[in-house]
Amino acid sequence: VPVAVRLPTVLRPSAGGVSTVPADGATVGEVFTDLLRQHPGLRDQLLTPEGDLHRHLNVFLNDDDIRYLGKLEAKVSDTDTLTLMPAVAGG
Amino acid sequence: VLALTVDVWNEMVTHCLLEAPLEACGLLAGPSASGPDAGRASLCLPAENVAASARVYTVAPRDLLRADRAAEAAGGEVLGVYHSHTHTEAYPSPTDTDAAPDPGWHYVIVSLRDTEPTVRSYRIAGGKIVEESVVLQ
Repeated sequence: VPVAVRLPTVLRPSAGGVSTVPADGATVGEVFTDLLRQHPGLRDQLLTPEGDLHRHLNVFLNDDDIRYLGKLEAKVSDTDTLTLMPAVAGG
Repeated sequence: VLALTVDVWNEMVTHCLLEAPLEACGLLAGPSASGPDAGRASLCLPAENVAASARVYTVAPRDLLRADRAAEAAGGEVLGVYHSHTHTEAYPSPTDTDAAPDPGWHYVIVSLRDTEPTVRSYRIAGGKIVEESVVLQ
């Protein structure tokens, strides 16, 4: 059973307009790999050229920010939801 | 056009006044773009400014998640973001323009520079700023 990845409105055009994408993997990084296999257009909005998590992107594993769970190494299981949200800031 | 309920306007402006002299920030939510009342902000979701600054703001990530869930529970989605300018006019700064996360959002600025708060709203896409009217409904 795949993990549900919820996309913010700004990322949906790069994923065929859908709000949730099922993706497989045992870690957040593996889920991202499967997500990007399905929707390669999301690549630059999720990851840096070096493959690290983009600093303007927030990723929540259920209720928790993955920055505090090991980032892309964070373990996921079937019933989990990953929620992606852009950082919101300004001056 | 950004349509707001009177309650949302009051909650947003009150939040900005209470946080002064620091900048306040929060999200606005309402029915999704395809449904009835599309684009009408009916939920004000005040957030913590983790920058705790009079010049810049960053919405606390956990408040983003909370706002997304509240919007979804109400059958809608996040429509935009508001923040205060405590000493300048209600016009997007270069930082606001550079950091705008979603071209579909409304960017609301509450200026506290003058005696009365001023509320103005903008669309920001590709570095281009277009002001829109704010209507109370």
